[in-house]
Amino acid sequence: MSHPIRGKTAIVGMGTAGVGEAPGFSAIELLGLSVRAALDDCGLKLSDIDAVFAATSSHAFASMSVTEYLGLKPKYFDSTNIGGSSFEMHLLQASLALEAGLCDVALICYGSNQRTAGGRLVSMSEPQWHETSYSPRHPITAYALATSRHMHQYGTTREMLADVAVSARQWANLNPDAFARGPLTREDVLAKRMVSDPLTSGDCCLVTDGAAACILVRADRAKDFPKAPVYFLGAAGANWHRSIQAMPDLTITAASESGPRAFEMAGLTHADVDLVMVYDAFTINTILFLEDLGFCPKGEGGRFVQDGRIAPGGELAVNTNGGGLSCVHPGMYGMFLIAEGVAQIRKEAGERQLKKADIALLHGNGGTLSSQVTAFLGSAAAL
Amino acid sequence: MGETSAATDATGPQVTYERFLAEGRFMVQRARKTGEYVFYPKVMLPSGETDLEWVEASGNGTVYAITVNRKREGSYNVALVDLDEGPRMMTTIVGVETLPIGSRVKARVEAGETPRVVFEPQEK
Repeated sequence: MSHPIRGKTAIVGMGTAGVGEAPGFSAIELLGLSVRAALDDCGLKLSDIDAVFAATSSHAFASMSVTEYLGLKPKYFDSTNIGGSSFEMHLLQASLALEAGLCDVALICYGSNQRTAGGRLVSMSEPQWHETSYSPRHPITAYALATSRHMHQYGTTREMLADVAVSARQWANLNPDAFARGPLTREDVLAKRMVSDPLTSGDCCLVTDGAAACILVRADRAKDFPKAPVYFLGAAGANWHRSIQAMPDLTITAASESGPRAFEMAGLTHADVDLVMVYDAFTINTILFLEDLGFCPKGEGGRFVQDGRIAPGGELAVNTNGGGLSCVHPGMYGMFLIAEGVAQIRKEAGERQLKKADIALLHGNGGTLSSQVTAFLGSAAAL
Repeated sequence: MGETSAATDATGPQVTYERFLAEGRFMVQRARKTGEYVFYPKVMLPSGETDLEWVEASGNGTVYAITVNRKREGSYNVALVDLDEGPRMMTTIVGVETLPIGSRVKARVEAGETPRVVFEPQEK
């Protein structure tokens, strides 16, 4: 039994701005431009927006900053910040607020200029007192620790990790908007600078600029817009820890809970899924999430991603925009999972367009493998 | 009203832990009733128990996960060690570049501006 919220709301407008490098622009300026693009995409006016959902790495009170900058007067707003998975949670919260009649036009948005502002990951994440004296590098140390454990328990190799990066690059090479394009081999990834054993810079996501925004309405009016509606089918979160020290088993993320919950909510099975978008901050993420979301058995993720299985033309379409590894990663990538889901379902994905793209799984990750949110989007055929 | 151990009377668990460290002692909390240990120090266990007492950690542990942070200024490892008492903590293994997962290690308190618990490989 799927949840009553399934199919009751839809994304009707989607916009991005400054993907890659946008020198001279602030985070909120890029965010504003992505909102403009989302409005142009659906024909709504700025003043139609009556709900704001926002999170960034540079605004403590993101929905307030967005409201002021855009000159809105929302009657519902939410700045839930759970890192990169914030926007998948916003999809759920916006849909619930719309369906409850608390608002009519919901904006979800994000913006960052971290590449041109400093070239480093921008984070408001506070140090954890019980970890600081060991100088972990946030966030890579945590992901490297998880990788070390996965290799130890399951025989996952650096070559398998590299294959995740290579597959992502092959998708990026089909996406003119992707920031990192060009040939990339397994050997290239292995030869890159070691940052935090066993992860090289080739195992790490990009540091880019970028903003994205989407606009949701109730499904009953979603057909009145220029583009085909992209329906919200369900979303669920799971969170067990904040700092990596407190993660119960470094090889099992809370996606193992959020995934099944979201599948049930959306009334879907794995065979229904045409597109899998997982938050690939590091190569190990893709492996962990494919396992925890049930696309392969626990421990088999490393072997699963080999032989081009998740590359263009492979068995499972994963991160078709090129992912955080090769397309865009402005710090909180979750909004771009939505952007690619919308592009594929609308059949606007150009050379990388999947033949069948009716159901997209979006999996957001926040913190250090901490907050996990799985969401489903679908075309009218998915209803 | 619940009872707390003498060590926690004056300060919260974090400060208490840090004061023990400043004295060169590695202390962890244990629930009197259930015997369950917790780290990092807290006011309450996930089970809801608050009858926590401070006990000397055995110092024995096993490397659960480890990485080496490579920096221009030099490299250092960051490890997660499972204490024999149960809880896991972030730490570093001193005297070696890295150590295989599963290695047995022994804690000591490293003095300094911010005293901290570090581990050394245990003699086989």
